[in-house]
Amino acid sequence: MSAMLEIAGLTKLFPVRNGFGRKTGDVRAVDDVSFSIEKGKVYGLAGESGSGKSTIARMIMGLARPTGGDIRLDGHSIIGETGTRAYGRKVQMVFQNPGSSLNPRRTVGQSIAVPLAAHGTPAREHRQRIAELLEMVQLPADFALRYPHELSGGQKQRVAIARALAVAPQLLILDEPTSALDVSVQARVMDLLVDLGRQLGLTYLFISHDLSLMRNFADTVGVLYLGKIVETGATASVFEAPQHDYTRLLLASVPVISAEEEAMRPKIPLIDGEIPTAEQLIALRAAVSQRIEK
Amino acid sequence: MANALLSVRNLSVQFTTYGQTNPVLKGVSLDVPARSQIALVGESGSGKTVTMRAIMGLLRSPPAKVTGGEIFYDGRDLLTMPDRERLKLRGTAMSMVFQDPMSSLNPVFTIADQMGTILKYADRRLGRSRNGRERMARVHEVLGQVRMRDPERVARSYPIMLSGGMRQRVLIAMALLSEPRLLIADEPGTALDVTTQAQILKLLKDLVEERGLALLMITHNLGVVRETSNYVYVMNKGVVVEHRPTAELFEAPRDDYTKALIAAVPRLTGGTSFGKAGAAA
Ligand SMILES: Nc1ncnc2c1ncn2[C@@H]1O[C@H](COP(=O)(O)OP(=O)(O)OP(=O)(O)O)[C@@H](O)[C@H]1O
Ligand SMILES: Nc1ncnc2c1ncn2[C@@H]1O[C@H](COP(=O)(O)OP(=O)(O)OP(=O)(O)O)[C@@H](O)[C@H]1O
Ligand SMILES: [Mg+2]
Ligand SMILES: [Mg+2]
Repeated sequence: MSAMLEIAGLTKLFPVRNGFGRKTGDVRAVDDVSFSIEKGKVYGLAGESGSGKSTIARMIMGLARPTGGDIRLDGHSIIGETGTRAYGRKVQMVFQNPGSSLNPRRTVGQSIAVPLAAHGTPAREHRQRIAELLEMVQLPADFALRYPHELSGGQKQRVAIARALAVAPQLLILDEPTSALDVSVQARVMDLLVDLGRQLGLTYLFISHDLSLMRNFADTVGVLYLGKIVETGATASVFEAPQHDYTRLLLASVPVISAEEEAMRPKIPLIDGEIPTAEQLIALRAAVSQRIEK
Repeated sequence: MANALLSVRNLSVQFTTYGQTNPVLKGVSLDVPARSQIALVGESGSGKTVTMRAIMGLLRSPPAKVTGGEIFYDGRDLLTMPDRERLKLRGTAMSMVFQDPMSSLNPVFTIADQMGTILKYADRRLGRSRNGRERMARVHEVLGQVRMRDPERVARSYPIMLSGGMRQRVLIAMALLSEPRLLIADEPGTALDVTTQAQILKLLKDLVEERGLALLMITHNLGVVRETSNYVYVMNKGVVVEHRPTAELFEAPRDDYTKALIAAVPRLTGGTSFGKAGAAA
């Protein structure tokens, strides 16, 4: 067994500025995060809005510079190497927001051709390859001629997946890849991702707030809270016997469709009754993080 | 029904692009009674957002064209009402929370600027007035209602400085600014983590109950349907295929499309196997 991706002590600070633009401190967006993913496995990163999931993904992609820590891909440190062509071929990402990740002035075909051209696929093969990739994500071949504004949200995300698969990457980072898709399409995309994973030996870093989906896709999960991993382990054991209050709160919040699932959700009262004030909310968050600290 | 707050009757919309005409809505009817919680669920491209845009008067024509039907708000047909009056209702009597936070926020203005401007125009349309300080107080108040940890910091921020979930909450706050009677939420949970989503869904329900607000929840998430609505419309390819009280829909779906939709939902209890090889092995 060898690791495809190893993250050690990864940290990212963002400056906080006051109303006059002066720096008054830092936000610890990612705080000493370590985990590794075995080749061909799926690591699921769960956590709430603002916990740092996308920042971790962006650092692995070389779109943000770590403040500290190391990222090793297939045994080699990639700090300073990201953004190169060889690196782009190994790691690709499907972004959270299909609307802003596709260039509005390019047709679907032109968007998919960008990575093809960058990684040396001859121009005469583009048409064929684009049609194959669109088929993989269950879109008709003539979608190659459409512009993003002519697509529904779900159709855009399928194009983004096709584009990421264009260069046959080894590690695919999926940042909320199916959150804009209806469930029947999601099931087919997940089928596709699982099949591709097996065929090509792909390794996935799967970022999602859909814990039901994560339960059925990830081999291992890490729960991120305020930039730190508070719980990690085999997916089934984390879901069946969560150790941390925050993991329990996450599970308790999942919208489910059956009484059976409802029974397995931890019984934690969500914030109820009247709308809490900001101070009440800060106190609540502090209480949760103290419990996690213990 | 005649006494529903919002009643869409037989609405048909088509899009014409490159000389080709596609019917996108084919006679859609749905009712949102005052103070009710209604869900509209369906697959990607089924026409949910087009329905909402038609209701809000945000369809651009061309390429879109309403080819038939009526949309009654409080008994008056929005489609035949003078533009001026219709504009007055938008964002005040009914507000919408969009699906895509980044394209609805302007990257070069702070949240306070953007919310302040929306409030100013809403006030003007309603013939109200408020000074800058009162406006900011209202902006902070609404940001607090959508559970921002630090409303004043958020107000000073530019969209890029906020995470995806925070941006979505800003959009919900924007929709709530002038206390509409009808809130149309298009996939409000898409960018949110589950704990915030659960809070937001709860917030929306509280608003419906306490303030006499009606909610039309557009979603592809059947879990969200089950937790936020009492009545649900299932849409497929521009047609409503089934509408039932929500509890009944999950107990005994009738339509084949609805059945397939429910079967595709991954279960928190596990056991949903993805991958054709996996299913065979
Ligand atoms: N460019 C930036 N400047 C300042 N702060 C930032 C920047 N990018 C992110 N942050 C902050 O870092 C933290 C982590 O944000 P990130 O986008 O990684 O969260 P996330 O876990 O992906 O959330 P979501 O589920 O909402 O997408 C947040 O507090 C956010 O406000
Ligand atoms: N401006 C446009 N020009 C041409 N076709 C359009 C346009 N906007 C939407 N459509 C088409 O109308 C249909 C309905 O789109 P709509 O955005 O309403 O879907 P939706 O149900 O909201 O899907 P999703 O769940 O993906 O958001 C789709 O087939 C889409 O391609
Ligand atoms: Mg994110
Ligand atoms: Mg939509």
